[in-house]
Amino acid sequence: MSEAAVEKALDQKMNTVPLKMIGKDVSVYYGEKRALFDVNLNIRENTVTALIGPSGCGKSTFLRTLNRMNDTIENCRVTGRITLDEDDIYDPSIDVVELRARVGMVFQKPNPFPKSIYDNVAYGPRIHGLARTKAELDEIVETSLQKAGLWNEVKDRLQEPGTGLSGGQQQRLCIARAVAVSPEVILMDEPCSALDPIATAKVEELIHELRANFTIVIVTHSMQQAARVSQRTAMFHLGNLVEENDTDKMFTNPDDQRTQDYIMGRFG
Amino acid sequence: MSTSLLLLTILLIGLVAYFAGRARSLAVSGSKLATLHSLPGYHGSYVAIWAVLPAALVLAAWLIASPLYIDSSVRSALPETVRNQGAATVQLALGQVKAVATGLARLDAKEIEAVKTGSVNLRETLAAKGVALAGEGEPFMVEAAEQFNAMRGFSRWLMSAVVLLAAFAGGVYAIRNVTARFRARNQVERVMLGSLIVASSIAILTTIGIIGSMLSEAGRFFSMVSPAEFFFGTVWDPRFAAAGSEGSSGQFGLLPLLGGTLYIAFVAMAFAVPIGLFAAIYMAEYASPRLRSIAKPLLEVLAGIPTIVYGFFALVTVGPFLRDISAQLNGLLTGNYQNFIQAQSVLTAGIVMGIMLIPFVSSLSDDIITQVPRALRDGSLGLGATRSETVKKVILPAALPGIVGALLLTASRAVGETMIVVLAAGVAARMQINPFEPMTTVTVKIVHQLTGDLEFTSPQTLVAFALGITLFVITLGLNIYALYIVRKYREQYE
Repeated sequence: MSEAAVEKALDQKMNTVPLKMIGKDVSVYYGEKRALFDVNLNIRENTVTALIGPSGCGKSTFLRTLNRMNDTIENCRVTGRITLDEDDIYDPSIDVVELRARVGMVFQKPNPFPKSIYDNVAYGPRIHGLARTKAELDEIVETSLQKAGLWNEVKDRLQEPGTGLSGGQQQRLCIARAVAVSPEVILMDEPCSALDPIATAKVEELIHELRANFTIVIVTHSMQQAARVSQRTAMFHLGNLVEENDTDKMFTNPDDQRTQDYIMGRFG
Repeated sequence: MSTSLLLLTILLIGLVAYFAGRARSLAVSGSKLATLHSLPGYHGSYVAIWAVLPAALVLAAWLIASPLYIDSSVRSALPETVRNQGAATVQLALGQVKAVATGLARLDAKEIEAVKTGSVNLRETLAAKGVALAGEGEPFMVEAAEQFNAMRGFSRWLMSAVVLLAAFAGGVYAIRNVTARFRARNQVERVMLGSLIVASSIAILTTIGIIGSMLSEAGRFFSMVSPAEFFFGTVWDPRFAAAGSEGSSGQFGLLPLLGGTLYIAFVAMAFAVPIGLFAAIYMAEYASPRLRSIAKPLLEVLAGIPTIVYGFFALVTVGPFLRDISAQLNGLLTGNYQNFIQAQSVLTAGIVMGIMLIPFVSSLSDDIITQVPRALRDGSLGLGATRSETVKKVILPAALPGIVGALLLTASRAVGETMIVVLAAGVAARMQINPFEPMTTVTVKIVHQLTGDLEFTSPQTLVAFALGITLFVITLGLNIYALYIVRKYREQYE
């Protein structure tokens, strides 16, 4: 097959992937200040979508609109339409608590609760009543920790405080905590920015594996990370979506000059 | 020179020294500021400090030492017969000599002559000049008084000379030090450090002094009443009428007072903790910034109301209200309109003290709750927890040690509170568990033992110090424990 034909076949394969979330004309205002300008971005199922762009470009803001974490910020207003499996998540009939159980989140800085490792993972299932017996809860905790690649490191000290783990372990604990609720989408806001390279490699490997079961959206400042972990990449600049494309294409032959410049390190 | 005039002169010399130092540093720099190690102002301050500080220290030392020296020399000059009569008499004679000395200073030479020869009455002459003399006065006193006056005058003259010399010498010494590379700035910094240390050690020394005086008075009390009787006695009956007479010292049992104190504090805390904590959670987690910016200061205004005003409130409003409503209730239930809550009762004092404590609980807890990192809130909300689940399961457990510390601090206030209980709790020292009856507290009894016209020699008054030191130990213990907990909690997030 010629190179063009391969690309076309790949494109077609990618294009057949169903869309998990659809963002249409999404704008965000903090008080008078507008942070996002009519962003149209679709999130594909079982795909890792990376959001890149210079600081303050609105990528984290967009990420937080996907599970309405912006609701917790005063004066923040979202317009446009975001759907999750065709449900408008900003519709008044949608329960935000339920939404966040379906769209989980991992934060920039590891933020384990000051509780035991077990209680950290069991927190979500307990709130949502996912386990009826202690055995079921144990089961959920174990599989979640296994999915997060942490089980072998902590299985003998589940009752020790989660804050006592190393930074990388804490972040994987937070991922296990998010996974335990069985969300459909996991949002990650620069999950490796506070970690050393070894811990980062582990988390990236984990993201790779999680892709089989979850749809993942990740905000990152590291171009290499975006290239390593994602299949789709979206580039933001000054509150606008500049370009959205397959990651391979984005990093080799972007459509937009600004993407080219950013990737080459000319600004940002 | 009088002391205040002398002080003013020193300050003036200091001011002159400041400008002299400034001018000198400018002169040595040759109008190139960059060649100076320190700015001219620092050189000026350095010279001024050298002019003022040693002089002021000499002045202070002289003012303390010279009366001691003069007193002792006058005392040794008193006639043998007086000195043999014991310390109290000598002290009395010395006092009279000083009074005579003050009087002599107001007489002219002719009158002094008349007094000396005894042709006029000493006491009457002095009384006419406005100096009251305790006794008739004896001839030796006039002589001693003259000696006293002479010494005092000489001392004052010498002091002025030495102090002014010190100021002048200090200034000259410092100004000779001023060169371009002289580190005046560092020197001034050291003086600043010194004065800060002096200020903080004054605060600490005062505390130690207070404890010391309480301990020594309490020690006198315990030499009259055995500690076992005080700490474990169940009867409080100080017998005021018998104060001073021998053999009937009364009973000083601490337990009824301590029981009342703890009971009232418990009622107050039971009232203040839930309300204050809920208010704090609302303020920290739910209230919009606008509402918070209005409501929080309003709540804290409650903390600024003097406690005596809460006492009025208890006495005039809450007490009668509780009394009347209990009478109504009793009437409805039994047909007998007899109030079962007294106007002055544990409940009245507890409720009003609780109202006073609400702002402490809410303000301290609010600070601690807002200290819980935002990341923890986001983490919980991001997992699909509601706000109240987040508060209950993440924020309160994380803030718990700090909140416990805040509650202990509040409890120590409740235990030491005085004015509300004086007005609202009653004075009956008894041990009982009915919250509708009056009880009394340690603080109320301290007030009662010390108001009135009593000498500080009987156990009736000295017991106040024993009570005070007991209360102090309790609140100190609570505070230390609270600080320990709060500090331990702080380490978690840093």
